[in-house]
This record gives sequence, C-alpha cells and structure tokens, in this order.
Amino acid sequence: MIPMTNKDLKKVLITGNEAIGEAAIQAGCTFYAGYPITPQNELTAYMSRRMSETGGTFIQAESELAAINMVFGASAAGARAMTSSSSPGISLKQEGISYLVGCELPAVIVNMMRAGPGLGNITPAQGDYFQATRGGGHGDYRTIVLAPNSVQEAFELQILAFDLADKYRNPVILLGDGTLGQMMEPMAGYRLQATGYRLKTKKPWAVTGCKEREPNVIRSLFLKEGVLEEHNKKLQRKFAEIEKREIRYEEKNTEDAEIILVAYGTVSRICQAVVEKARRKGIKVGLVRPITLWPFPYGIVNKLADLKKKFLVIEMNYGQMLEDVKLAAEGKGKVKFYGRGGGGIPQEEEIIKKISNF
Amino acid sequence: MSNKKNNKQKIKSLRDVRMHYCPGCGHTIAHRLICEVIDELGIREKVIGVAPVGCAVIAYDYWNFDVTEAAHGRPPAVATGIKRVERDKIVFTYQGDGDLASIGTAEIIHCANRGENISVFFINNAIYGMTGGQMAPTTLIGQKTATTLTGRDIKRDGYPLKVCELLALLPGTRYIERVALSSAENIRQAKRAMKKAFQTQIENKGFSLVEILSPCPTNWRLSPAEAMKWIDEKMTSYFPLGVVKDD
Repeated sequence: MIPMTNKDLKKVLITGNEAIGEAAIQAGCTFYAGYPITPQNELTAYMSRRMSETGGTFIQAESELAAINMVFGASAAGARAMTSSSSPGISLKQEGISYLVGCELPAVIVNMMRAGPGLGNITPAQGDYFQATRGGGHGDYRTIVLAPNSVQEAFELQILAFDLADKYRNPVILLGDGTLGQMMEPMAGYRLQATGYRLKTKKPWAVTGCKEREPNVIRSLFLKEGVLEEHNKKLQRKFAEIEKREIRYEEKNTEDAEIILVAYGTVSRICQAVVEKARRKGIKVGLVRPITLWPFPYGIVNKLADLKKKFLVIEMNYGQMLEDVKLAAEGKGKVKFYGRGGGGIPQEEEIIKKISNF
Repeated sequence: MSNKKNNKQKIKSLRDVRMHYCPGCGHTIAHRLICEVIDELGIREKVIGVAPVGCAVIAYDYWNFDVTEAAHGRPPAVATGIKRVERDKIVFTYQGDGDLASIGTAEIIHCANRGENISVFFINNAIYGMTGGQMAPTTLIGQKTATTLTGRDIKRDGYPLKVCELLALLPGTRYIERVALSSAENIRQAKRAMKKAFQTQIENKGFSLVEILSPCPTNWRLSPAEAMKWIDEKMTSYFPLGVVKDD
C-alpha cells in the first residue's frame, strides 16, 4: 500500500464511486475502459476526467465485453488497467475475466452490485457473491475479492487491489454495492494533487515489442496433452498461496460473544450498530466481517465454532456467504441466516429480533 | 509448410517450424506475407500481434514477434487496449470471418469508428474451418456447408456480409482493400496491400483493414487448385477485389 505522510492527509467528503476512482489514479492506473450502468456511473465519469488530467487513457467502450477486452489488451501491454460496472454488466465481463486469469494478466474490476436477477433494478444488493467468489466465468479459477464497508476502506482496498493484481498476475474484484458507491463519507488520505505515483513492478512478460529480447506470447490455450493440466496446477498453486497470505477480516466483540454476526460490505455497517444495541440490552453479540470474500476467512469462523459460538449470517441476498460460513463452522457451531434481496436491506430491529429468537 | 524449404533468404518474423494447416490452406500464405512485410519494413521489434480464435488460433507458434491471444471476436478491443498504452508500437489483428464478421461485429465496427490506429488482416474463406465447415457470415448464397446442407438460403440465412464496404462508410477508417490469394499476381497484390496497411499505421493515419479471400480446400471439398479457381470464379464476383477506401 502507498505510504502516506501526515501532510498528505486531508479530510474530504466524497462518494464511494469517486473515492475508488481516485484510489485507482493514485495507484498508478493508466487505463480505464467502461460502459455506463447505474449505480456506478459516477466512477466512469470520474475516470473520464482524471485520466485526461493525468495523461492516462479513458475509453467509453461499445459494450462491457469490449471494455473488459480493452483492459485485457492494456494489461497485456503492461499497464495498470481497470474497468467497473454493476451486476448485469459484470455478467457480460465474465468471458474476459476468465481469459485474464487463464493468461495470468492483472486487472482490477469494480462491481457496484445492484439487485437481480436479470435487469432487476438499481437498488443495492449482494446477489453476486457466488459469481465473484467462485470464479464467475468458465473454467477452474478464482479472483481475489475485496469487500469494503466504508468510503475510506474502499479507497484503501482499491489501491491494494492493484498491488495484489500485479503481485499474483490475477484479476482482483472490488465488490461493493449501490449504497457504497453512492454514499458520501468523510475520508482521510485523499491527496488532492495526484502524485504521479507509479508502482515500479517490472513486467518482463508484457507484449511491448521484442526489442533486444525473445518474443513474448500471452496465451491461455494449451493444446498438447498434459500441458493445460500443468498450467491449471500452476494456477491452483497460486490460488493456494493467495489463500495462505491474503485473508483479511475484522473481528469485533467476539471474545465473550454468544452469537456472532457474520456480514460484509454495506450490511456489516448495520450489524456494527446492532452489536452495540444488543450489548446495551445485555445480549452478548459479536461480529466477524470478512474483508476478503475470496480467500474467505474460514479459519476465524472455524476457531469461533470450536468455542461453541452460534453464528447469524446477515446478507443482502438469500444466503450466499452463508454457505462459506457453514463450510467453515463444520457443523460445530449452529449457523442461522437472515437476509433480504431484491433491493431489501436488513434493518437493525429485524436483526435484533433474529438474535433474540436464536 | 516450413520456413526453410525453397527459401534461401530466411524470414526473421516467421519461426522455422512446421505449420499445422491443411494442404492448400490460405493461412500459410497470409502468415508468410505478413512476416515478409514486417521484415521489409524493419518493424519486427515494434510489432504486437493479436491472434484470433479459429484455425489461426496458434499463429503465435509461427510468428517470431510479440503476440497475445484474444477471445473470439475481441481482437479489435484487445488491440485498442494495447495501442492506447503502447502508442509507438505497431499493433495488428489477424481475424477470420467468424471472428471478425460474426461474433466480433460490434468490436470491429466500433474500433474502426473510433479510428484506432491499428491494422486488421481479415481472412475471408467463406466458412468456419476449425469447427468443421459450418456457415460463416461470408458464406456465399447457395454455398453448401455443414449447417446449410442445401446451400445458403437468403430467406433463412440472410446475405453474405461485405465487411470492406460496410467499414468504408465509417469516417474513422483510412485504408481498406480486398485482395485474394488465388494466383501469384493476386498474392503479390495482397502483400502490397498488407504493406500499405502497416504504412498507414506507421504514418499515424489511422485504421486500416485488408480483407484476404483465402482458400479452404478441406471444408470447400475441393482440391487446392480447384479452391484457387473457386475464389476467382465464385468469391470475387460477390466480394470484388480492389481498394475500397484510401483517404
């Protein structure tokens, strides 16, 4: 992550979408391609302005398919590249994401989730958890999934996303929802003047013209018997490495808690308030908030399950992360669920009622 | 076809390996012509190629310069990303008719319309080769394929797509020519067109495309010699050769 000095720290009021865009610029992103879709249009507009100010490239693509494939090209040529969209658009990008993984190309993809299935509507939701954490496109793969729950964290995780993408040569998904994208919050660490920061990651594999070196080839196609299996094994070793090193989560009041809420993103903010309210009523509630959805923090849930804690998974969908919590708890701790989808947001009172009835 | 055979002067841009193409296939000729042009222009170390999905999917095994693959139909988008990042490099796509004129129509039209400063080599053999001879967007009216058993019927299958004429309408395009690989003379012209396409890009003039009528004896069920004749007798009457646009 970029070290920030005190004099860089300036508090501003900013939307999540704009914070993510600014983070990309400060992370050295020089290429953005996107297609308009609500509720992430502010991000596209922000990138349009900032790319022209910083000498980068902004392209409003003809489609989501074209946008992700432009990102593929820019990344193949060695640039830090990103695209952003919302759920239906992310479905269209899955072809490109699968190719990015197959070709081991870094890229950052922002998904400000909206409610589905189909066209759904533009209200916030977390219905794309399965799609984001299980690969999403064809083939056997994973993408790193970062799930911020505040504008400040969105800014920081977006910068981290570029670093992780380059480090592992794998796409990283920043998974938010319409609420995070649209809401304004005070944010520290926003440098009004772009510093021209560029990560000096060497990319000797990039296609930049074979001057004074052997030609580079970027491919995911391996026809010879056994070669594709070897390529897949290599990818799997990389995923195992990511699972070992990159798990991130936040734990709150879990030590003495009888019931642990598990929630991420926007709804975890509601759960934070619930923990405080419940404790004032004398109910010992804690919170585990996964920050990386893949790799999922199975370890902490498993450890708490060993202590006979009960889990209440809260999501803005009908039970997707629930499956990971159940896998992690291995039947040792009771797991219950409360969620609302289609734009519905679990309310504090609803969650407290669920806790009381546990 | 091997690079060494009957070739005293080695082509640096072409790897010295055996190609997988069928006897009489046009890809071998088109690959070689592109490599000869790259050598002659002295741009091998600046070239970045984008390979298609189709029979030429492993073109990077034959070309001796930087190449990336692209998903089916997406080379113009991938090339756009590359060229915008590496503006002083020479970027080209090599696409078949299924890739460019069917699944990738949106990408080619918008890439051309943006006036991206890239070169496109479009192999039109009026059929899907790799998947076993199905109808292509450029399959001729009445032409029999695996999916048009009684011949392409315009009422059912629509008309063969004229890509050059379509793209020539767009103000973003600079140079468009249709050539054929059906005779020594036509092959020489094809090479001249490829060189001009690269030169258009080198001079920063903008988008260039060369459509190459190319034989597919295997799926046309013809001998290599008959296939060449079929291009001259059947294809060129619907897809006329020549410069379509030169601004």
